[in-house]
Amino acid sequence: MDKIDRQIITATQAGLPLTPQPYQTIADQLGISAEIVMQRLSSMQKQKIIRRIGVVPNHYRLGYNFNGMTVWNIADEHIDKMGKKVGQLDFVSHCYHRPRHEPEWHYNLFAMVHSKTETGVKQQISAIAELLGDYNLGHNVLYSTRILKKTGLRIDSKNV
Amino acid sequence: MDHINKQIINMLQKGFPICDSPYQVVAEQIGLTESDLLERIKLLLETGVLSRFGPLYHAEQMGGALTLAAIKAPKQRFDQIAKIVNNFPEVAHNYERNHELNMWFVIATDVPERLTQVIEEIEKKIELPVYNMPKINEYFVGLKLEA
Repeated sequence: MDKIDRQIITATQAGLPLTPQPYQTIADQLGISAEIVMQRLSSMQKQKIIRRIGVVPNHYRLGYNFNGMTVWNIADEHIDKMGKKVGQLDFVSHCYHRPRHEPEWHYNLFAMVHSKTETGVKQQISAIAELLGDYNLGHNVLYSTRILKKTGLRIDSKNV
Repeated sequence: MDHINKQIINMLQKGFPICDSPYQVVAEQIGLTESDLLERIKLLLETGVLSRFGPLYHAEQMGGALTLAAIKAPKQRFDQIAKIVNNFPEVAHNYERNHELNMWFVIATDVPERLTQVIEEIEKKIELPVYNMPKINEYFVGLKLEA
């Protein structure tokens, strides 16, 4: 990452311009050519500095009022295989392997699920349990009962 | 939300093209005009249906660090602890959850060393352990909307 990359990051951190030629708009701001902006963005995408160019939806605003953090205890030797399978489910938005904290916390697979109804979220949890089968050594679901802080994302302040 | 907006969100989650007129390309795929698509994205952002639209940067790949951490906060001290934790600018999100580990927050720092410092500073101030749960592996990030 060099100075131009960092300038592009700063210019797009709040979002991509909503103009017909957004990369040209960024280029004009930085005094470089649109070709360079596009080249750099592609290359940062290849290097995984950029996950993707896309949207971050607000689940609550989309009507997904039941958002559960499901946590599962999976034997370490099977976690990658099972984690990939759980991550492929349509209703799972984030899926991670995280460390256990024995003896109080033995869950190492985290999957966020989202539904518009309580029944829906329960069905999703059953679907994950079924998919994991005997690999599931125990699970739990943690619902958020209060947002204590939410910053970092530009638009969020409007939603609090 | 109408069918077209759902289509737009699903399309934009897959990855936005890098070319001269990317909105035109996406608009054609959905069967909209470029200006209609731009208008709709603007409105989705303004109404908060979308939190963000643009390149999604990877904190770790940029040299920063990110973790999920949790605390078992006793009920009578909960609000005081929340205040201490939230006061750290590095704490991005903080949620109360229905578990013995009842406070869950994300810490994001510019450099990895700062992450450990923040955790230690929080532990010192609240006199309780912070359970650090950094990701070991990521299997998926995104969401497909029901049609």
